[in-house]
Amino acid sequence: MAQVQLFGLWGSPFSCRVEIALKLKGVEYEYIEEDLSNKSPLLLQYNPIHKKVPVLVHKRKPIAESLVILEYIDETWNERNPILPHDPYERATARFWAKFIDEKCIFALWKACWSEEKEREEAAREACEHLQTLEDVLKDKRFFGGDMIGLVDIVANFMGFWLGIIEEATGVKLLTEEKYPKLYKWSEEFVNCSAIKENLPPRDKLLAYMRARYGVSITY
Amino acid sequence: MAEESVKLLGYWASPFALRVKWALKLKGVHYEYVEENLPNKSPLLLRYNPVYKKIPVLVHNGKPLAESLLIIEYIDEAWKQNPLLPDDPYERANARLWAKFFDEKCVPEVMGAFASKGEEQEKAAKARENLKMLERALEGKPFFGGDKIGFLDIAVGWIGIWGRIVEEIAGVSLIDAETMPLLTAWLNNFLEVPVIKACIPSWHELLEHNKGFHKILTGSST
Repeated sequence: MAQVQLFGLWGSPFSCRVEIALKLKGVEYEYIEEDLSNKSPLLLQYNPIHKKVPVLVHKRKPIAESLVILEYIDETWNERNPILPHDPYERATARFWAKFIDEKCIFALWKACWSEEKEREEAAREACEHLQTLEDVLKDKRFFGGDMIGLVDIVANFMGFWLGIIEEATGVKLLTEEKYPKLYKWSEEFVNCSAIKENLPPRDKLLAYMRARYGVSITY
Repeated sequence: MAEESVKLLGYWASPFALRVKWALKLKGVHYEYVEENLPNKSPLLLRYNPVYKKIPVLVHNGKPLAESLLIIEYIDEAWKQNPLLPDDPYERANARLWAKFFDEKCVPEVMGAFASKGEEQEKAAKARENLKMLERALEGKPFFGGDKIGFLDIAVGWIGIWGRIVEEIAGVSLIDAETMPLLTAWLNNFLEVPVIKACIPSWHELLEHNKGFHKILTGSST
């Protein structure tokens, strides 16, 4: 059995985050694709409480929750490409923005894209507020992590890749170059990073999935 | 060496502010406590935490930090004495996972039981189910942190006080000694540790405060 295994889902940004981190650190791993409609006994054994992906298994010990996994990866394989900065205050700040993205941004953006007509305006307003916050956090840096990608960049992968595809599928426009020039530029840099590029799901496949999902949602 | 300034913006009845107080006390860090007059949030709070506009906020040498668990991790990294998180990365991951589980799966259920009018028993049952799971992390140790108090003890410990308050006001059971013997024993132990006990607000005041809060949440008249 491989020393490192990742139970993931091809289209999941949370699963993708872990792959990016492992790639950055040069860690070899075995990838296991989960079928969420038919969860494997191994997954249920490794993540009995949440029963979700991603789950990283290292030396037979499982870890769940992408943010926790990212920190684990950073602490365990600490010789190269740090994901978190060294300074405690900068580390805390990175964790804060990662949490903000996970708890507020992604949900608001998702809701703004998929909402019914009447709820869309309010959902979009909130989503735009959060995008502006991120625009302000990024300032003039190339990445949230500075010159190199870091925790916040990895966690913002939804904005970097998934959002554009969902926008194309639904026709909702949120992250535009006019409104958020810095964030928009960041998203282009992000997808072109070698560690990121190789670990993103195929664009066509994801677009087809989102279109199908949108097709279902608007017929109700 | 430049003089260090540590300020904590908190609220006397907030369990999240209490977590941070516990962390600072365990580390022996001197700090200035600033009581926020909620719901009238001070301009200082709004400036220090523009995203969530909530306490607790720790300000260390002028630099603010929000979100209680993140603040505790920061405290642990900035002051190395009496470590709160374990050294081993896997054990650290577990401590973080359980703290996340508690915040996302236990706390909302407890709040649900407290704020409900008519569904409190069902919500309390769900809360009990999730709280019971925490016993897996205790594994027969005196504290979640092992032989001494750690990150997870501080993260969860307040449930021993607020849990009892919710039980009394909402008429539910949350921490049941029979079905949760490990959790009960741990709480009795943890809340009696002098540095922990010293920070806990007055039971009577907390009860009265939460009775008022309960009235507002449930729209009840008594």
